[in-house]
Amino acid sequence: MTAALTSFLEASVRTATPLALAALGELVVERAGVINIGLEGIVLGGAFGALLGAGSHHISLGFAAGCLAGIVVAGLFGVFAVAMRADQIITGTAINLLVLGLTGALYRGLYGATGAALTVPTTGSVAVPLLSRIPVLGPTFFDQPPPTYFVYVVAPVLWWLLYRTHAGLAIRAIGERLESARVSGVHVPRWRWITLLIGGALGGVAGSTLVLSQSGTFAEGMSAGRGFIAIAIVVLGRWRPMGVLIASLLFGAASALQFLFQAMGWSVPYQLFLALPYVLTLLALAGFAGRRIKAPAALGRAG
Amino acid sequence: MPGSTPAAVSSTNRPRRRFASSVSAAGIAAVVAAVSLALLWLALRLAGFDATLALGALWRGSFGNWYALTSSTLVRATPLVLTGLAVAIAFRAGVWNIGADGQLLVGAALATAIGLSWGDGLGWAALPIALIAGAVGGACWAGVAAVLRTRFGVLEVISTIMLNFVALDLVGYLVRGPLQEPSHAYPQSNPIPPRMHLPFLIPGTRLHWGFALGVAAAVILWWAMRSTAAGFRVRAIGANADAARIAGRIDVARTTTNVLLVSGALAGLAGAIEVSGVTYALYENISPGYGYTAIAVALLAGLDPLGVLGTGVVFGALEAGALSMQREASVPSVVVTAVEAALVLLLLAMSRRGATAGVIGRFAGVRLASREDAS
Repeated sequence: MTAALTSFLEASVRTATPLALAALGELVVERAGVINIGLEGIVLGGAFGALLGAGSHHISLGFAAGCLAGIVVAGLFGVFAVAMRADQIITGTAINLLVLGLTGALYRGLYGATGAALTVPTTGSVAVPLLSRIPVLGPTFFDQPPPTYFVYVVAPVLWWLLYRTHAGLAIRAIGERLESARVSGVHVPRWRWITLLIGGALGGVAGSTLVLSQSGTFAEGMSAGRGFIAIAIVVLGRWRPMGVLIASLLFGAASALQFLFQAMGWSVPYQLFLALPYVLTLLALAGFAGRRIKAPAALGRAG
Repeated sequence: MPGSTPAAVSSTNRPRRRFASSVSAAGIAAVVAAVSLALLWLALRLAGFDATLALGALWRGSFGNWYALTSSTLVRATPLVLTGLAVAIAFRAGVWNIGADGQLLVGAALATAIGLSWGDGLGWAALPIALIAGAVGGACWAGVAAVLRTRFGVLEVISTIMLNFVALDLVGYLVRGPLQEPSHAYPQSNPIPPRMHLPFLIPGTRLHWGFALGVAAAVILWWAMRSTAAGFRVRAIGANADAARIAGRIDVARTTTNVLLVSGALAGLAGAIEVSGVTYALYENISPGYGYTAIAVALLAGLDPLGVLGTGVVFGALEAGALSMQREASVPSVVVTAVEAALVLLLLAMSRRGATAGVIGRFAGVRLASREDAS
């Protein structure tokens, strides 16, 4: 039973890792009042970039290329949504379709019409000395692929950035009181660009994780809604880094439950668990109504 | 882009505008088709494909002959027109329904469920009941987002995306559970009874009456948006919700709800039509993202119902032609998705003249923040 529990928890954290990375990036973006629906495309672009990078040279280049691809896609979003002040929802939707089409076509163009599976090496898990020996929690949190440890670093750094620096104050001010921020001399487009590129980088790493730490290959549309899930996670995590981590774990656990149930041969429809996080997000959102905690007030508004 | 600046709320010059709208539908379609061909040609050249061969295949698979036009292009255009209308009416009201895909799925599921349960006992009424069930299913699914929006202040952008995934899981469950075909080998439902099939519109082709329903819906919506009080309320809250509430005494919450219900019903109807006119059974992947493509269809039509008819057919042709392009010229069909997206981005770039110019500008970035009506 402990073994089953351990492997379930380990799978939860593994599944949660790319979600947490993408969601932490989106969190920063949304705090600056931008809702980037194009996150789905960023994750997919990151996955494709990781394949190109790792396939051409080495796994570390894969992460760099994935990260860069995420930044490029986020930059394209920024050109429209920040520089041109175009509508964020429409831009994001178009970016998603664009990346889906481009990566699908390029993948088949580069690796043959069949799109036959091209595999790249994966990172595998790296056990942290001592910590990974703790029963249950050790293997769960400290015997994971490197991107998981990256999350442990990024989350507190982002918290510090948002709540303990002038930059964070400017970002949050834009998200909450756009006009006041502008009047008090905050350069709205500049901060929105910075947050977008941070979000793109993290989303790109999230996509890289899918390829380089999980599947070892690319498939058309392989982000499979993870960018959208990350947006839900930001909402469920109440726009806070720690909340986002917990919400990611919840989504990861819900996905991992299906494997657990399949392994156990239990006949509860696994779609129930797949749908559960979305339903929870909706309920949580409805529960926030009238409370102190709500979306950044300027979310979605052109700067 | 001609025709991309239809009337907002003003109702002056009505006769001329009526004429302009029907001309603009064809005009929009022609421009969208021309620009998308240019983009596609460019993409093919850049990716090193034989562009002439590929575009030839695209033509043969879409408009090249009578069978391709009717049985591929117009069949494919049907769900795009209906979901495009669903998106257009919602966006016109400033309601961000990104959930047409989920509403389509629920409509398809409910139509199938009713058909398989009682289809044989309903006689001639089986088909109309199935179609109505589809519309009701879609409306209920959108209704969830409406309740969340008006009573709890949950942004519909987020809730409709969430509901898309829940709908996908729901259909996934149905075709592996209660509705699965008896051998339990495939994730699909039993075939629906033949009396639930939509009759063919043109004998000898696969074009079914669903396309005619799509055309009728477009014309009715075009008329309703322009000439009825309800249509005026929709346009008014889309133009400025606060002004509509204060100066026009319009119940914004109720109008929002009604718009979402109609929008969901159109998408749900599209789902029921796919089942009863094309697939004859429920499949998990019954929608290749119609509800997302619909956003491009609606935007490029300038949110005008007749324009949706035009862009819906153009996108139907693109997607039908893409399949033959893949067969004959080995060009991945997914490339047209990129072309559709590039069209929308092009439109965004062209309609950026401050926050108030152009179709997009009229509702750009206002709704998400300013309509916190419930919270």
